[in-house]
Amino acid sequence: MQVSSIELDSVSKRFGSVEVISELSLTIHSGEFIAFLGPSGCGKSTLLRMIAGLETVNAGEIRIGGERVDHLPPGARGVAMVFQHYALYPHMTVFDNLAFGLKNIGTSKDEIGRRIEEAARILEISHLLQRKPGQLSGGQRQRVAIGRALVKDPKAYLFDEPLSNLDAALRVRTRVELARLHQQVRATTIFVTHDQVEAMTLASRIVVMNARKVEQVGTPMDIYGRPATEFVARFVGSPAMNFLAAQIRDRGGLASAVLGDGSVIDTDVPVTALPAGGELRVGIRAEAIRARPDGALPGQVEVVERLGDRTHLHVRLMDGSTIVAEDKGASQVKPGDAIRLAVEGATAHLFDADGLAYHARQ
Amino acid sequence: MTDVTLSSGKATARPRRPSGASIGPRWTNALFVAPYLVFYLVLLVYPLFKGIWMSMLQSDMFDDTSKFSGLANYTRLFNDKVFIGTVWNTTLFVLMTVPVFVVIGLLLALALNRSDRTAATLRAIFFGTSVMSVTIVTIIWQMMYMPDNGAINGVMRFLGLQPIPFITSSSLALVAIAICTIWWIIGLPMMLFLAALQQIPGELYEAAALDNASRSRSFWSITLPSIKRTLLVVIIFEIVAQFQLFGQAWLLTRGGPNNASRPIVLFIYEQGFRAWNLGYAAAASEVLFVIMAIAALVQFFVSRKRVEG
Repeated sequence: MQVSSIELDSVSKRFGSVEVISELSLTIHSGEFIAFLGPSGCGKSTLLRMIAGLETVNAGEIRIGGERVDHLPPGARGVAMVFQHYALYPHMTVFDNLAFGLKNIGTSKDEIGRRIEEAARILEISHLLQRKPGQLSGGQRQRVAIGRALVKDPKAYLFDEPLSNLDAALRVRTRVELARLHQQVRATTIFVTHDQVEAMTLASRIVVMNARKVEQVGTPMDIYGRPATEFVARFVGSPAMNFLAAQIRDRGGLASAVLGDGSVIDTDVPVTALPAGGELRVGIRAEAIRARPDGALPGQVEVVERLGDRTHLHVRLMDGSTIVAEDKGASQVKPGDAIRLAVEGATAHLFDADGLAYHARQ
Repeated sequence: MTDVTLSSGKATARPRRPSGASIGPRWTNALFVAPYLVFYLVLLVYPLFKGIWMSMLQSDMFDDTSKFSGLANYTRLFNDKVFIGTVWNTTLFVLMTVPVFVVIGLLLALALNRSDRTAATLRAIFFGTSVMSVTIVTIIWQMMYMPDNGAINGVMRFLGLQPIPFITSSSLALVAIAICTIWWIIGLPMMLFLAALQQIPGELYEAAALDNASRSRSFWSITLPSIKRTLLVVIIFEIVAQFQLFGQAWLLTRGGPNNASRPIVLFIYEQGFRAWNLGYAAAASEVLFVIMAIAALVQFFVSRKRVEG
């Protein structure tokens, strides 16, 4: 099995006068499962297609396994891609779909048979080999698409939103199967998605992209726990992080955030790191805001979302802003109730006017 | 209110139908298809059987009498050297044009399956000729083919070459009509192929590129299988259309020289409306109908077998 690192060195991409990727550099380690996460139009799929060779690179270099590949045609780069809409050849049987790429590079018939048998066994599609894609369900097509990548024994696997066409239950199941497959194959994998749950659960590192640039590269818990920017904080995590305008007060070297209604959230963010004299925003995740009679923040409940194991309370504060708090699954709170919220300030983050984040010391 | 019936110990509630609803066919619904059905019966089915009937009559158009003659018209037809010649000419014409329509139509579609302005302009130009009437087309090609001052022979003379007698030579007349026909309606197969090509998802070609498929491999393994239905439609449509060659032959060569470019429909026209042998013309029409049906069916079954195989 081949496993290779992928290096992107100041790569840029323009469509006409619009620059969609600007001088992006990134190293994907050998055997790593990395996710490109971002909203539609952020450039994540374009970047993947540049690595695959389906889009040209206007500037910079792409290296796979140390070898420069950005001038090579897609087939010569040694990567395999799983497309969003599967892109199975509709008139060929599953077997021929898997064999097509191998036949094109002159692989012997025996070797083709052996590889297909092995891939079909791993993906449990052996009984489907003589069917055509039109006779398969969405999940089965997805497996065949993965199988087509698997038989090639590529240097890297590229997945372009492969789960977005599956229904919710199948998506969760396929996600687990992909994680299992990666543990088995241990190949370098790039997974493009706009679904933060997919990125968080599958990837060992996540590249969060927005508006054609990388916002943050880090492990899932880094991204969640210490978001580099306000965009990352908003995009990752459900419900999205709460943001409240605040004045900063020095509390023995640590910042206290004074909200519009005068209530105070004591954060662990060092004051010295913060920009001088500006109004900042304090960012707090819902799970750090609890309904408690002795809470410092008074408010009125507008919407109650019951998720079974927990309840999300959408609360309007005295200054008119709304935040989402978390309560236990069997919460007694009803819409219209006046409640008080206790904020766990130690997990709060501060964001400046440019959206840059400031965190507590680790 | 509901009716309750008891059967085998189980209670089954059958809701009463709301007023106006009914079970079973409603014959008034047939009114929706009636207009089409009327035209279909009057303009297609009736003439078909009337034609078959006419082909078994000896009709006299002048005193409007006719007498049944069985298969006499057919016997006469198969002994008529001119008719046999027209069958041969028409078949040859179909063999000359249909493969060209398919191959050049597909090549043009492949070349112009782009979204830039040049391709759009060329598509409009190639399709533009299809909307011209046969009269205009033959005038244009007469100006091209004329032996003395035609455009092609002008160029030949300019190059110091012998002029080519396109429409006056019995070996070239049919070829000249074929070239004119191809120029005239190549736009239609091109458009049909373009529509089919645009239905092929781009991802398939990207997957093929990642699968190391060359351009020719992509064409044979992806493009061609993806458009096979359109291919079949174009072939059958063109076989049926080209067997009915008439206007170009009538206006360019009048079937000459020496019957070398006389097609079946021209024979039917001359027998029916110039010699007033309606029964004989009807018999020739039926023969043409059978030939076209056989050609289309053979093509259909051969293609289906290949697809299934």
